[in-house]
Amino acid sequence: MSIKVIKPGLATSVQDKGREGYYHLGIPPSGAMDQYAMTLANLLLKNDENAAVLECALLGPELLFQQDAMVAICGARMVPKIDGQIMPLDTVLDIKAGQTLRFNYPTSGARAYLAVAGGIDVPMALGSRSTYTLGSLGGHEGRRLIAGDELPIGQPNAHCQVGQSLPEEFITNIGKETILRIIPGMYIHRLTDDAVERFYEDSWTVGSEADRIGYRFKDGRPMDFIPRKPPFGAGSDPSNIVDACYPIGSIQIPAGKEPIVLHRDAVSGGGYATIGTVISTDMDLIGQMQPNYKAQFKPISMAEALTARKLKQEKLQRVRERLKHS
Amino acid sequence: MASIEIISPLPGIFYRRPSPESDAFANEGDQVDNNSVIGLIEVMKQFSDLTADTKGKLIRFCVEDSEPVEPGQVIALIDVEE
Repeated sequence: MSIKVIKPGLATSVQDKGREGYYHLGIPPSGAMDQYAMTLANLLLKNDENAAVLECALLGPELLFQQDAMVAICGARMVPKIDGQIMPLDTVLDIKAGQTLRFNYPTSGARAYLAVAGGIDVPMALGSRSTYTLGSLGGHEGRRLIAGDELPIGQPNAHCQVGQSLPEEFITNIGKETILRIIPGMYIHRLTDDAVERFYEDSWTVGSEADRIGYRFKDGRPMDFIPRKPPFGAGSDPSNIVDACYPIGSIQIPAGKEPIVLHRDAVSGGGYATIGTVISTDMDLIGQMQPNYKAQFKPISMAEALTARKLKQEKLQRVRERLKHS
Repeated sequence: MASIEIISPLPGIFYRRPSPESDAFANEGDQVDNNSVIGLIEVMKQFSDLTADTKGKLIRFCVEDSEPVEPGQVIALIDVEE
């Protein structure tokens, strides 16, 4: 008994919170790009918060349920339809064996998270069920879903209630323009003062190639690096350095033109100067940015970043309390 | 005659031809049917076909070649016999 994939959608993959602890070996964390939305979907179903879900990017899949199941969909506004009937987001839905789940196109956001009561029960790989497609690791056979795949489901929690929904206040409002907060460094000193000013001033548009590895931003003015003779081991482009580590969220600007923010399937290092890092709290926002959405980068201090993270954790704690007592 | 809107389900870049040197998939005035490809949407390093999904006469493209599009945006209009 399982869920059968009729149409896979554009880029649907199994994800959980991610695979921590192997980035130094070149294996990135992977996991849901909007961790908050993934967690909400699991909390609604009273699943383990780390239960594996389906991350449905831009164009949702068509799924045939071969057993009765309860599901919840959070994140991008991709309205679900069960056998053609429109159903609510952010709500525990009942699906009977033989019914088909489809999605409308996203009216806002980029990734919907489909959680199933009991979780998607694919095997663990290095402590996680998340798919890392470049490394063919984890998830369902280490890749995105394709038509014909069958996904096993775990045992649902007995307290899971059909119709339970998320209070409005906890749903992220996804706009077409976002402010991404960053901590400047390690190599921002390599940019001219003018370039740094432009980077913060300009409005940047998400490129169509943006994916789980990284988001490329366009339409800002080019930026100059301070001229220097490249040190031994660095490439000849002014944006090159001697290879260094790339944190998740780090921003590189190849040739000073289009900034790239690395996301959860990124490579762990390379030879571009990273001029800052998007704070972990705002990485969820990037996961919901469609191509052609716009962002501005805003520098903040480490203390402010930690406060932002604490506020997000407190919000999640309030969700846990609310759903526990309802 | 009734006019039907072909909408893009995806955000990305809309292309009217399979490669820069090729002819357009379809032109204004062409007869199209359910399986006629009228363009491509490029997103996340993938190209997805946009099909007419209806039988009739393509009367107008509402988006230029190589322009950005968003989900739900009208790409073309098709006149169908009632």
